[in-house]
Amino acid sequence: MQLESMYQEIILDHYRHPHHRGLREPFDAQVHHVNPTCGDEITLRVAVKAVPQTDLGGEPEIVDVSYDALGCSISQASASVLTDLVIGKPVSEAMQISDAFLELMRSRDSDADDEVLGDAVVFAGVAKYPARIKCALLGWMAWKDATARAVSTLDAGSLNGEQT
Amino acid sequence: MSFDVGRVRKDFPILDRTVRDGKPLVYLDSANTSQKPRQVIDAMTDFYERHNANIHRATHELGEEATEAYEGARIKVAGFIGTPDETEVVFTKNVSEAINLVACSIGNAHRLGEGDEIVISEMEHHSNIVPWQLLCQRTGARLRWFGVTPDGRLDLSEADELINERTKIVAVTHQSNVLGTINPVSEIAARAHAVGALVLVDAAQSVPHGLMDVSSIGADFVGFTGHKMCGPTGIGVLWARRELLDELPPFLGGGEMIETVWMDHSTYAAPPHKFEAGTMPIAEAVGLGAAIDYLTDVDLAAAHAHEQVLLSHALQSLAEIDGLRILGPAEPVNRGSAISFTIEGVHPHDVSQVLDDRGVAVRAGHHCAWPLHRALGVQSSTRASLYLYNTIDEVDALAQGIRTAQKFFGVA
Repeated sequence: MQLESMYQEIILDHYRHPHHRGLREPFDAQVHHVNPTCGDEITLRVAVKAVPQTDLGGEPEIVDVSYDALGCSISQASASVLTDLVIGKPVSEAMQISDAFLELMRSRDSDADDEVLGDAVVFAGVAKYPARIKCALLGWMAWKDATARAVSTLDAGSLNGEQT
Repeated sequence: MSFDVGRVRKDFPILDRTVRDGKPLVYLDSANTSQKPRQVIDAMTDFYERHNANIHRATHELGEEATEAYEGARIKVAGFIGTPDETEVVFTKNVSEAINLVACSIGNAHRLGEGDEIVISEMEHHSNIVPWQLLCQRTGARLRWFGVTPDGRLDLSEADELINERTKIVAVTHQSNVLGTINPVSEIAARAHAVGALVLVDAAQSVPHGLMDVSSIGADFVGFTGHKMCGPTGIGVLWARRELLDELPPFLGGGEMIETVWMDHSTYAAPPHKFEAGTMPIAEAVGLGAAIDYLTDVDLAAAHAHEQVLLSHALQSLAEIDGLRILGPAEPVNRGSAISFTIEGVHPHDVSQVLDDRGVAVRAGHHCAWPLHRALGVQSSTRASLYLYNTIDEVDALAQGIRTAQKFFGVA
């Protein structure tokens, strides 16, 4: 049976006990994404904050990611793993993780960078099943979209001299 | 006469292959697309190897042979669905194109406007919903629909109100691609004709099982597709009453659909060629003709009886599984052999993944019938669909696979 190569224990754990699930306040952007082939859907919120200017520069940070989703084990677990990986990270670092995850899904060889991807490397097995890649990407695409919107509100806010 | 499924299976080369590391293929996705018998594959190969030329325009022997093969396929289609007049058979790309053809031509004929109504049903495939939405947007007509009952039948309780003097078109499916439900289309057509409306029947799921006689069904338009009936992809059919094909303006303009062309206007060929612009899928039409020969030779009535035995067995086996809900009629009455179901606690994608791991090919999702799933209160479903080459053992493999999925995801 090859099922275990896709349904790694970590994936099933996240599916049964999803992290950061539920829609929370406050948030800066909310998106709704759908997988039109199967009807799976996710509503996802992102909250960001501008970190005060330091030696590291004034990079916005992901404060919270919350979501409500209907979907298969792969899409649910993927969203759960995503929240663990990006909450508390500077946006640019979170985007790098997201890019690495996309690359993992696109390439069928599984020499994934677990330093960047953490638990998300277990999705390497999913990449071998093209029909399921969209499931794994649903949450990530929604997060990317919401984060871009959240950051743009932040930019607009800081231009106006507002505090966030 | 007994139906020899073992002999039939030998005609389908793909059924011999293994999948997912050596497991025998159990193909239960024929409502999606059917497999192709050797006879169809050979007919298409023979066409390309020996007769290939363009039709109706090539002035040489190959052109004559290709034209004869293509038009011969049209005659076979006509015979298969019960019309003596093959000019009522228009080749299209698929059912979607057939329905779009009707919707666009009716729109182009200005036969529809504000205050008019089009009636469909909640049970329709997207291909019998979206073209009508587009037509309504273009004309200002209003889209209305039959609901479905909790057991997956059309809710006809308000038919008399729904189909009224404002109704211009009624478009319904003959057999649901999700529920298997066979709808009383003749009854609906009679009501529609009483108020002067035109009737289109989406027969994508019924024609493959030999359940179509256009001379008695009462429809004005019937659409179906080759690839669900042992034929190739890329070829579909619109049957329409000849006088409607005469009346309606063309759908697509281009080569071979014309009679004469000037710089500022054109006149059109007679039906069916008026609706077949450009070079058509010729080898595919030949393949469809071969598929019809095949289905006729194996004795469709016997094949259908075989499918009904499989269906009864499947409905019974699935009903015994705890947590499984069959969408649609639970009894094999007025019902075709597509069975959609949900499993409590396991998403359809995950069910189908476990089945696929065991070599059992099914479909998971909304099966291009999103509104129907919404109406039934489910997000998506798993669908197994049976055809003449399936066996009792394959139905048992499905039931076993479902139980395995339940165990794997810890719900049984």
